[in-house]
Amino acid sequence: MSVLAALDLGLALLVVGVAAWTVSARNLFAAVVGYVAYGLLLALVWVRLYAPDVALTEAAVGGGVTGVLLVTAGKRLDALASAEIGAPPGRGLKIFAGALAALVAGALAWVVLTLPSTPPSLAPAAAEAASGPGAGLGNPITAVLISYRSFDTMLEKVVLILAVLGVWSVGADAAWGRAPAPLRKPEPDGAMILLAQVLAPVGLLIGLHIFWVGADAPGGAFQGGALLAAMGMVAMMARLMAPPRIDSRKLRLALVAGPAVFLVVGVAGLMLAGHLFAYPQNFAKPLILFIEAFMVVSIAVALPMLVSGPPDGGAK
Amino acid sequence: MTPSVLAGLVGAALVGLGLYGLISNPHPLRKLLAFNLVGSGVFLVFGIVARRGAAAGFAFDPVPQAMVITGIVVAFAASALAVALILRLAAASGKVTLDPRAWTKPGEGGQ
Repeated sequence: MSVLAALDLGLALLVVGVAAWTVSARNLFAAVVGYVAYGLLLALVWVRLYAPDVALTEAAVGGGVTGVLLVTAGKRLDALASAEIGAPPGRGLKIFAGALAALVAGALAWVVLTLPSTPPSLAPAAAEAASGPGAGLGNPITAVLISYRSFDTMLEKVVLILAVLGVWSVGADAAWGRAPAPLRKPEPDGAMILLAQVLAPVGLLIGLHIFWVGADAPGGAFQGGALLAAMGMVAMMARLMAPPRIDSRKLRLALVAGPAVFLVVGVAGLMLAGHLFAYPQNFAKPLILFIEAFMVVSIAVALPMLVSGPPDGGAK
Repeated sequence: MTPSVLAGLVGAALVGLGLYGLISNPHPLRKLLAFNLVGSGVFLVFGIVARRGAAAGFAFDPVPQAMVITGIVVAFAASALAVALILRLAAASGKVTLDPRAWTKPGEGGQ
């Protein structure tokens, strides 16, 4: 067994082991910490599958931001002192769940082992889109996201806005228009403030860099935006920044900027390049970077608002 | 065993673990966490298809990878919505459970 194969096997066992820990850990906080570690390990698996773009997204969104979301949710749930937790299921249900899980996992494993030898693939079509008219991008993933499957990517931004609306609408009626509760109730200590002051500017720069190189190298609007969002959350945790009021016009404009610009450029493609979401030949790359810049803004604003939760009625 | 087959088997195991956690953990946030495990397992199995596009002479197949990136972000958005609903349910009812039996006890409905 070569070194790389041994590393692969070790990584696989580690990922499954940490996942088992997050399922079986005694308290919620331990499970969430396990989940963050799991997200980072899974990112390494994606790197091994030649998918650095997916790895960046998994590490930033799957591990990091989801971890903050669940830790914050756990703290807020603890603050509701009267909360009563349901009883664990009986032995019979557990055995049934175990059998069902084993059956599903076994069926999936069987499918993985018996995949047809000549895979159907859209890779040639996508490669053509990446190098042909309407792109000129070195990173095929970005080309697929913004050019080849641009409509999907635009709608996904709309999904983010819908999720933000959904989260806001869960708040109490009287709280509408106010700011969400801060991410941390207690006053932050010196170490947290120092971390935010030192880390946030560096993270901001790296986030912008990841967005900028995304056209030709691993990176792009999602990964860069998620990093900027994470820096915003670090600043919010250190109370250097407060969540904005949800009726703020700036906030709402930033939220819709990405999909709105994408849609306008897409419809303009109807007149300039012949069909919807097509880009004119010589002008494609600057146009794509233009769209992505606004998408970064929307993602960087939407993710912290999703983590912050609904507007808080208690805050004056 | 190639890395992609191994990753596919890991994905299958993650789906199984997540499914078990989803059913057997009574805490709604733990259920949400388990559901995210199922999700990432599905992404991983799907990612195997991306890796197999390499057989056609490419380093990788960018289409499934782009779809997984989109999927991760949408999964996060759905998780955030679920968290908001769970917290509101707990604030309104004082119960942190999705067990229907907890809601049908006499004198304990709602508020």
